[in-house]
Parts: sequence; structure tokens; C-alpha cells
Amino acid sequence: MSRQNRSGLSRALNIFGPFIGLVLVIALFALIPEVQGRFLRMANFKSVATQSVIVALGALGMTLIIVSGGIDLSAASNIALASVITAYAVNAGAAPAWALLFGVLTGGLVGLANGALVTRLRLVPFIVTMGMMGIARGAAKWIAGNQKIDAPMTWINELMAKSPRPSWLLMAPGIWIVILFAAAMAVLLKFTVFGRHIFAVGSNEATARLCGIRTDRVKVLVYAVSGLFCGLSGVMEFSRLTVGDPTVAVGLELDIIAAVVIGGGSLNGGEGSILGTMIGVLIMSFLRNGCTMMGWPNYIQEIIIGAIIIVAVAIDRLRHRKEC
Amino acid sequence: MSDRPAVPPILRMSGIGKSFGATQALDGVDLELGRGEVHALIGENGAGKSTMMKILSGAIVPDAGRMEIDGRPYAPSGPGDGLRGGVSMIYQELNLAPHLSVAENIMLGRETARSGWLDRPAIRRQVREVLELVRHPEISPDVPVGRLSVGAKQLVEIARALLNKSRILVMDEPTSSLTQEDSQRLFEIIRGLRGQDVGVIYISHFLEEVQSVADSYTVLRDGRSVGSGAMAGTSLDDLIQLMVGRKFTQLFPRVEHACGGPVLTLDRLKGRRMAAPVSLDLAKGEILGLAGLIGSGRTETLRALFGLDEVEGGAVVVSGAELAGRRPWARIGRGLGLLSEDRQGEGLALNLSVADNMTLSRLAPFRRRGLLRPARQRRSVAGLIDRLKIKAKGPGQPVGALSGGNQQKVALGRLLHQEASVLLLDEPTRGIDVVSKSQIYEWIGGLAREGKAILFVSSYLPELLGICDRIAVFHRGNLVESRPAAAWDAAGLMAAATVGRAPRGTPVEQRNAE
Repeated sequence: MSRQNRSGLSRALNIFGPFIGLVLVIALFALIPEVQGRFLRMANFKSVATQSVIVALGALGMTLIIVSGGIDLSAASNIALASVITAYAVNAGAAPAWALLFGVLTGGLVGLANGALVTRLRLVPFIVTMGMMGIARGAAKWIAGNQKIDAPMTWINELMAKSPRPSWLLMAPGIWIVILFAAAMAVLLKFTVFGRHIFAVGSNEATARLCGIRTDRVKVLVYAVSGLFCGLSGVMEFSRLTVGDPTVAVGLELDIIAAVVIGGGSLNGGEGSILGTMIGVLIMSFLRNGCTMMGWPNYIQEIIIGAIIIVAVAIDRLRHRKEC
Repeated sequence: MSDRPAVPPILRMSGIGKSFGATQALDGVDLELGRGEVHALIGENGAGKSTMMKILSGAIVPDAGRMEIDGRPYAPSGPGDGLRGGVSMIYQELNLAPHLSVAENIMLGRETARSGWLDRPAIRRQVREVLELVRHPEISPDVPVGRLSVGAKQLVEIARALLNKSRILVMDEPTSSLTQEDSQRLFEIIRGLRGQDVGVIYISHFLEEVQSVADSYTVLRDGRSVGSGAMAGTSLDDLIQLMVGRKFTQLFPRVEHACGGPVLTLDRLKGRRMAAPVSLDLAKGEILGLAGLIGSGRTETLRALFGLDEVEGGAVVVSGAELAGRRPWARIGRGLGLLSEDRQGEGLALNLSVADNMTLSRLAPFRRRGLLRPARQRRSVAGLIDRLKIKAKGPGQPVGALSGGNQQKVALGRLLHQEASVLLLDEPTRGIDVVSKSQIYEWIGGLAREGKAILFVSSYLPELLGICDRIAVFHRGNLVESRPAAAWDAAGLMAAATVGRAPRGTPVEQRNAE
């Protein structure tokens, strides 16, 4: 009986662990009198959510990759490349819808290349995507002529507006896009054959092969889908900056990976959830937001977030040891 | 004390006992190794050989018994103690750093240095000396070990052991990955060691090899020493009789079933890891046992047949149609299902649920409009859990939390759910409890009665004899003989597996020609 209880508890911890972390972070700043008033305002929550959009989109794809046992270090470079392509297209007079599509597809192509290299050449994802990190960043700078690309304002720039144009939207369209895709990806992971296959490949690739799963195909698809999300994230980056900047989002891949890991994803594969990842994204955003309000310098934020990543993974480890 | 000979043996192990939980792995085993002697340790898989050697090396502490090296008490508390005591283990998986040179590997951890700087001339001198000792001075000390042949690598390991002033060399299946030629060279070296002040414990399943290289032997069976003596004057049949003993039980519930027409044919199938092409036929409702030593080609044949290993040639015919696709998903589509010998490493995804593990190879029945319906999946799996008497909290429990026997039932349940018509079972009862074993035998018999065809790989001869209709034996990659189970006995199987021919000296080729 006690074993059953403990497993029930650990399952609860599995689902609610990151959530408790988020509540703690919000409670922490809500209790500090200096920032309480500003922090707890609806407008602040909206702005935190808007700031989370870019990392969140990248993290949706990254969750699929990490659950499948892979990693994508090229995510941030891919985002920068997609933002440059989008700006380039808008600047060249393309209709905004086309520009958006080009940006998203660019990301998808980079992801597809990652997946093809990982499966065809049997290279470790870490190495392939590290190489792609340089290639995509370099390509972005090349296309942009090593400077920012200015582009005329279009409706793309409203995707990240804090006060959306049709006011009944209440939040930036980008946030709604994230919510929509998060729901779709959660369903994909939990309730489709493809989702089960992703978990199987990440949990034990040999078993997956034994069960007739086309592991290579699963991996290529996962990287390609993740690339599409990076592309969309790049469009959002362009929307926010109103220019195409090839030097944007440097190091952001680590924030994206951290969000997945804080949310319960295991770098060994086979574990992770979209809900957890989204909570991981919010934990980091609220921390940044709160620290800024406190007037704490940047380096304090970096130290705190670094420590939280280690604590999150350590708790995860502890939980696993108990189960065995 | 007074009747002990003047020169004590290099090693004396007496009354060694060890149990793991309820299993008595070793029970009062004695072993004595003289100076310059090569002593063979023989027994079936699971007889206790490796436990015995782990105790000698210090990796395991025994529950009972004493050990002496050169007449002095020896009680290692870890592998480091074993090394310092003069015990060197040479495994089939070699313990060498492939990027370092021969000299660096031999001297690893004992580099001669002068005030912190490597003394290269001294190192080269010592390495050359020790390579002379193993009679292979032609091996260059500067070559990276990764570039040497397997045989030469083994020499490097032996040289390292000699340089370590080892008194006792333990060789565990040293020839299983060697070519015939390399094996011969290794035997010469071992014979050469007789002149040195060392003793060799030689473990091998290849009895002819053992007979030619060893001076004396000890046979283990079920954790007891059932015989020992000088190799001279001991026949292969004697050894085989000692190994298998007479231990037949009613563990095998016989399920009546009839064999129908042929359903699976391998025609000179050759996989990447198979030493030779293999042809065989399997009928509907037939249980065909595949006997042989580990690495003899049984597993490799199943894996090539299932498409897990690359197929280099030959044809597979299922129900009259030759299979085109060579990958597992194509084979599953044609009714094949494989149970892996490596349950934890390959057979199951341990942190996924029982339900996912059982249904992974066939999720289609739970899908509607692209979405899985977990309730249906759970219901279907709950039925299988009942049917196979699996002890689990429910379909959602991670499979890694179950006992070995129950894990294996989950892996078998997958083949049931998959509705495979040809089942390739690789060591389905390895490492599981007797009750589960018996249930699995009954279940296999039941499947045969339903008309499924079963290839059953096992290293445990009694179960092959107990449940199979026909048994085929592999020896060094070749399928050497196939007979109805009733025409085999344990000694015959053991002889065919270890020597490559059936007993009483009749060559296999002749038998086949008849």
C-alpha cells in the first residue's frame, strides 16, 4: 500500500512539481512590498507572457526533440535566420503572409537538415546541431549583409503588440498562437501514434526499432517540426524588433533547453511534457521580470536562473532514484 | 598442516559458497591451481563459473570458504586487492585503451618515471622484455592498440598481466571472438606460460579447445563442483556427462499440438553478423528449438530474419511468399514477431508504461481519426495482464518497476497483441523465476496449438528437450544438425554445440547425407 501511495505522490510531483515552482516564484515577488504593486498587475502578467512568446515557440519544438532523446543547439541561430529572412522578404515587397511563410519554412528547412544529418550520417545530435548553429548564424549575417535589415511596418509587427488592435483579443496575437500550438503539441505527444513513437524512440531506441517503429523517420519529422517552430519564433522576433537582426537571440537555445528541463524533460529522452515546458518558460520569464523590477542587476538574474536549472534537475534525479 | 606439500599450490580455494537472495550460486566449491598449470573451469551457463571468478578477482565477497595464494591467506575486499594479490582477469571484451600505444597500454598505471618525467627508454626496455616473454617481439611498442588484430590485443593484455607480476591469469572465453588461426596462436602462448611461475584458469565452452590446452579441470553444475581431475585420460563424453548430469524435472507442461504445413523458410539467409548462411524450415504449429553456445549464430540468425541486422543474401519465405522489405516494420507486417534476448537493453522501454510497451508494435486498433484512445488501450492491456497472469498494479505502471518474470511476460504479451503468426523467441526464460518459466512454457505450447510457428532459442538444454518438437544445433555460425526432439538427449546436444558433431563420432555431414 505504502508503495502505491509513494508512486501516486511521485506522479503528483511529476505533474505539479514545475507548477509549484511557478507558484513559488510568483508568490515570492508578490510578497516583496517594494514590487508587489507593480508585479501583481494584469498588465505586467501580459507583458511577461508576451516576452515569453519567442522562447515558448522554440521550446515547443525542443520538447519534442528532447523527448525523442535528441537536442537542438541550433534553435537560436535558426530563430535569427528566420527573422532575417522574414525581414528580407517584407523589405523586398513580399506580401506579409508570404514573408511569414518564408520565415517559417526557412526554420523548417534548417530542422529538416538537422534531422537528415542525424539519421543519414549517424552523427550525434549535439555535434550536428552545434555545427548547424554556426551555419545558420553565418547564413543570417550573410543574407543581412552583416547589419540589421529595416523593413516597413506591416501587420506582422502587431503579432507581438502588447495592446492588440482588435481589443477583444485582450492579449498579443503571439500569445494566442503559442496557446494554440501548445494545445496542439500536447495532444500530438499524448494522443497520437506519432507521439507514442516519439516517447518510444527517446525511451529506448532499440525497443522502438524492435516494435517496427521507423526510428529515422520519427527523428527527421521531430527535427523538421521543431525547425518550423523556430521559424515561427523567428517571425515573432522580427515582429517584436521590427527589423531583421542576424545577431539576435544569441545563447537563447540554452534558455529554451532550460525551460524544457525545468518542466520535467530528461536529456536522456523518453520524458517531458508540453505543459511542463510551458511552465518552465513562465518560471524563467517571471524570474527575469521580478528581478528587473527589484532593480537587481543582470548578473544576479543569471545566477538565480542557473541555480534553478540545477535544483530542478537535482529534484528530478531524486524523484527517479526513489522510484527504483 | 604437516601433511601439506613443501611447495603450496599457487591458488587454493576451498568450500567457497555464495548466495544471491534465495539463489545458491555457489555451494562449497573447491579449486586448486598448481604452478605452471593450466586449469579449465567448465560448466553450462549459470553453473557458477563467473561467480567463482568474480570471487577470485575480489569483485564479489563470498559467504563461506577460504582462499590462499602461495599458501598465504587471501581475502580480497575489492578488485584492487585482487590485482595486488596477483590475480589478472582477461575477458573477451578487452580492457585496452585503443588510442594509446602498445607500450602505453602495457605500462598503464605503472609508468616508469624519473622525478615526474616519463623514462621512455626504460619503458621501452621493459615492454620489449615482456613481449619477448610472450614470444611476440615483432609487435611494435609504438603502434596504437586499436590497429592490432584481436589476437594481438589479447597478447598485449597477457603481457600487461605478466608485467604486473601476476601469479594467476584468468581467461574467460578468450577465443570466442578469435579466428581459428588466432586461437591457435593463443594456445601456443598459453602453453608457453607453463614454463613461467604462473597459473592459468581457462574458461571456455569449446571442449575440444579446453582438452588440448588444459592440464586439469573442474566441472561446475548448479553451483557445485561435480568433478575435477587431470585432463589426460578424460574424454569429451566424460566432461559432457558431468556438465549436464541427470536432472530432468516435470517443469515442462506438455501442451498437445499438431504441426501443419510449412509457414517459414529460410533459404541461405546471410546476415551481416552471421558467419555462414543458414537454411531452415518451420511448420505451422511447430516449436523449433535452436541450441548452441552463445555467439554460435542463433541470435544472429533471428536478428537477420527479423530485419534488425542487415541482410546480405538469401531469401525468407513466409506462407509461400518471399519477403521483400528487409526492415523490422515490414517483417512485423508479415506476421513476424521477435522477443529480444536483452530484455532490459532492447526488449522493453523501461520507463514507459506496461500498456505502451505491450502495444507499441500495433497501436492502430486504438486509433480513431488520428487520435489514440487511451481508455481502449488500457482495457485491451488489462485483458492481456489477466491472461498472462502478470503481477502489475495496472496498465499505467512503468514496466521497469516489475520483476524480471513479469517484465518478460509483458514482452511476450506484445507479440500476442501484435498477433504475430511466426514468433522468434530469443532466450525467453533467461533469468526469470521457475513459476514464470513454467507459465511461459505452457503459453508457448498453447500458441503452437493455435497454429503459430515458433523459433525458440535457448541455452538451457532441459527446456529445449522439454517443449520443442524439433531441435537444430548451431556451432560456430553453422547450423550443423536438426532432428526431432525425441532423437536428442542433453549429451548429444552439448556435444553438437561444443564440438560441432553429434556423439559417438559420427560426423554431422555424413548424417545429413543419409
